[in-house]
Amino acid sequence: MNSESRNDVQKTRILVLLVIASNVLGNVSLSQGMHQVGRIISASPLDYLRAFANPWTLVGICVLAIWMLSDLALLSRADLSFVLPVTASAYVLVALGGHFLLHDHISWERWTGIVLITAGVVLAEETPARTTKGPPEHLL
Amino acid sequence: MKWLLVGIIALCTTLGDVLNTAGMKRQGEIEDLSLGSLARMIKRIFRNSLVLTGFAALTISFFALLSLLSITTVSFAVPATAVSYLLETLLAKYILGEDVRWRRWAAASLVACGVVLLSF
Repeated sequence: MNSESRNDVQKTRILVLLVIASNVLGNVSLSQGMHQVGRIISASPLDYLRAFANPWTLVGICVLAIWMLSDLALLSRADLSFVLPVTASAYVLVALGGHFLLHDHISWERWTGIVLITAGVVLAEETPARTTKGPPEHLL
Repeated sequence: MKWLLVGIIALCTTLGDVLNTAGMKRQGEIEDLSLGSLARMIKRIFRNSLVLTGFAALTISFFALLSLLSITTVSFAVPATAVSYLLETLLAKYILGEDVRWRRWAAASLVACGVVLLSF
């Protein structure tokens, strides 16, 4: 592997890490906020604006905006079928973070889930990040 | 109501991710990870109809997720959408033309099963 392609692989890895970290932090904040706000099933934007006034929800939305941009940057460099399983390690981090930081109980079913996701991430990591040359022509 | 929201989330997420991938491939690779490069990417996104349509689909999915999270727990909401991993991999192969071989199918299947098990 020459230095240019090593550099490319490294950029893709940095974006993968950024996508995972912002996904974990954004979803944890958003979930916390929505539980403080309470039940919303509404077509009225005002009800959602009320939810946005909650600081946890607001932080969650800001961090998820970073997640969205880093995900788009990653999708410009890598296949969707590579990005999806690789970034699923966010689920594992949330579960392990809950266990080790908040002392949440993890059942054997959840441990099995963690092992399966980790195996999926490892398998996807062994494939090249990008297999297409250009954009799909029939969608242009 | 909660299964209707799950269906909306799965369909809109799949559609949004496929359109965003196609749009970003059309726009071209982000060359470096500087703020300037990121700002140029954002500017070009506003003229990228595929990504804008993808955003619209993901926005619907996001509001459906907010509603779902307000009536149920994350441990129900997240696993219920695991089917979108398989759906998106299928569309990545046949719509986006990606080279999806057994490793990627196995990876998507393992992740989908793992996400479901995490809800227990």
